[in-house]
Amino acid sequence: MNAIRRNRSVQIGMALLALVVVTAVLAPPIAGMDPLRMTPEDRLTSPVAAHPFGTDMFGRDILARTLHGGRISLSVGLMVAAVALAAGLGIGLVAGYVRGVDRIVMRVMDGIMAIPGILLAIALIALSGATLTTVVVAIAVPEVPRVVRLVRSVVLAVREEPYVEAAVAAGARLPRLLVRHVLPNTLAPLIVQGSYVCASAMIVESILGFLGAGMPPEVPSWGNVMAEGRTFFQIAPWILFFPGAFLAVTVLSVNLLGDGLRDTLDPRLRGRFQ
Amino acid sequence: MTGFLLQRLLATIPVMAVVAVVVFLLLHLGPGDPAAVIAGDYATPEDIERIRDRLGLNEPLHVQFLTWIGQVLTGDLGISIFSNLPVAQLIAQRVEPTLALSIGTLILTVVVAVPLGVAAAWRAGGWLDRCLMGGAALAFAVPVFVIGYILIYVFAIKLSLLPVQGYRPLADGAVPFLRHLALPVVALSFVFIALIARVTRASVLEVLGEDYIRTARAKGVTTFRLLRRHALRPALVPVVTVIGIAFALLVGGVVVTESVFNIPGLGRLTVDSVLRRDYPVIQGLILVFSAAYVFTNLIVDLLYSVLDPRIRE
Repeated sequence: MNAIRRNRSVQIGMALLALVVVTAVLAPPIAGMDPLRMTPEDRLTSPVAAHPFGTDMFGRDILARTLHGGRISLSVGLMVAAVALAAGLGIGLVAGYVRGVDRIVMRVMDGIMAIPGILLAIALIALSGATLTTVVVAIAVPEVPRVVRLVRSVVLAVREEPYVEAAVAAGARLPRLLVRHVLPNTLAPLIVQGSYVCASAMIVESILGFLGAGMPPEVPSWGNVMAEGRTFFQIAPWILFFPGAFLAVTVLSVNLLGDGLRDTLDPRLRGRFQ
Repeated sequence: MTGFLLQRLLATIPVMAVVAVVVFLLLHLGPGDPAAVIAGDYATPEDIERIRDRLGLNEPLHVQFLTWIGQVLTGDLGISIFSNLPVAQLIAQRVEPTLALSIGTLILTVVVAVPLGVAAAWRAGGWLDRCLMGGAALAFAVPVFVIGYILIYVFAIKLSLLPVQGYRPLADGAVPFLRHLALPVVALSFVFIALIARVTRASVLEVLGEDYIRTARAKGVTTFRLLRRHALRPALVPVVTVIGIAFALLVGGVVVTESVFNIPGLGRLTVDSVLRRDYPVIQGLILVFSAAYVFTNLIVDLLYSVLDPRIRE
């Protein structure tokens, strides 16, 4: 724990992330304005005291939209990480332990990995309708194979350990074996992988929103706010740049946190991730 | 070598089979009637019936799959619902811009990232290394469309050096072709340069710790020659692997970059088809992109075995 706290990447990542989380949680008092309120007389105002980040084509305050967007993007990132880790953990544990299932599951995972993630996500959303649930699931699905591979490799390594063989010899049943001996070993790599999944999910959410294939358009997610800025980019670049900068800082902080955790939680993990 | 090649070729069959099943099932995974989903919110019952009939959705599922896979294997990807043109023809028309963008990105990435990674490893911990790795962390965090718009803002709008958007085919001459391609390629390359530079750095660092490098250095081999002759080749093995993995990332990047720069390639076709729910085109595009991914990784495996013959065992 001390090693984690002393790690430079973790310190910087935590500080930046705390800043973003605070601005997202305290969005209403900081922005002091409703992100959906339109003031047509103030449309496309460049950044001034009343609107520090300017306004969009409907006169909505970009500061308010950016801070509220943080709530949505951070939630999407966390939910995608949770869904991808849970699914990957379940499938990976079974695949690593049951030989017959392993071959089939890994072939399916190879196949899913061959389909470019963003294409799979936009196809899934287009065909099942854009809601928070479908967006989260669609972003999580392409991430699952990597988690499965990771969990499976840990399981395969752990089952060769003498203490696990001893537990088997002592008559430990499979569920107990998985929960007591295998699960704790997957925790560190899963936390690291989870932070990378969270970071990439926020980028993918913004890309989907940007392409018009993400969250419902009335939701002020960073992707959607930036998508609305496209048309007016030449006269009002701030609509795109401010949410873009917030997104970049958030993703950077989560990635730094992931790098720091990777290096301190388990030095052997170095090089296993990109 | 022939045995290795054959084995790798055979290994692509189950992967492509899974891809085909997933692509086929996509339409049936969602809730409700797929024909109604494709027809959209303003469709009449006749429209829905027409689409259902056209896609053969009245047949049992396994018959639909066998019919579809039979057509795909003969190169028939179906007919677009929106434009009534064959999907294969639509895709073929859009290949050139996407290939130009992808190849340009690959060349720029390797030319910039490998020397940067080697330099960073050579002076690991120094100011160059810190700047490069900091820049790489930042490049991972900014979405490609934001980079694209910043480049447009600076180089096309403020400095008026390059065109804002659009694409000129190579047939129109090399200069307009390259001028239109420059900003999209640079925008798309950022994340890949970051990725490849990081991998090159880690890989060269590892090789530089080997005994034979110390021996070569003791023999009096110059720095440049040491890096180029002794360290680079073994260090390139992981780099080549990452290029294979990065292909999936590249496809996502291409889709976004083509939208930002208004390039009429496969990425734009994908977004347009998704927004129009032109299902046969979406299916065809995912199949083509996935096949390209599998093919790229096959090439990577072969390159890999050339760089490091031990892998063939």
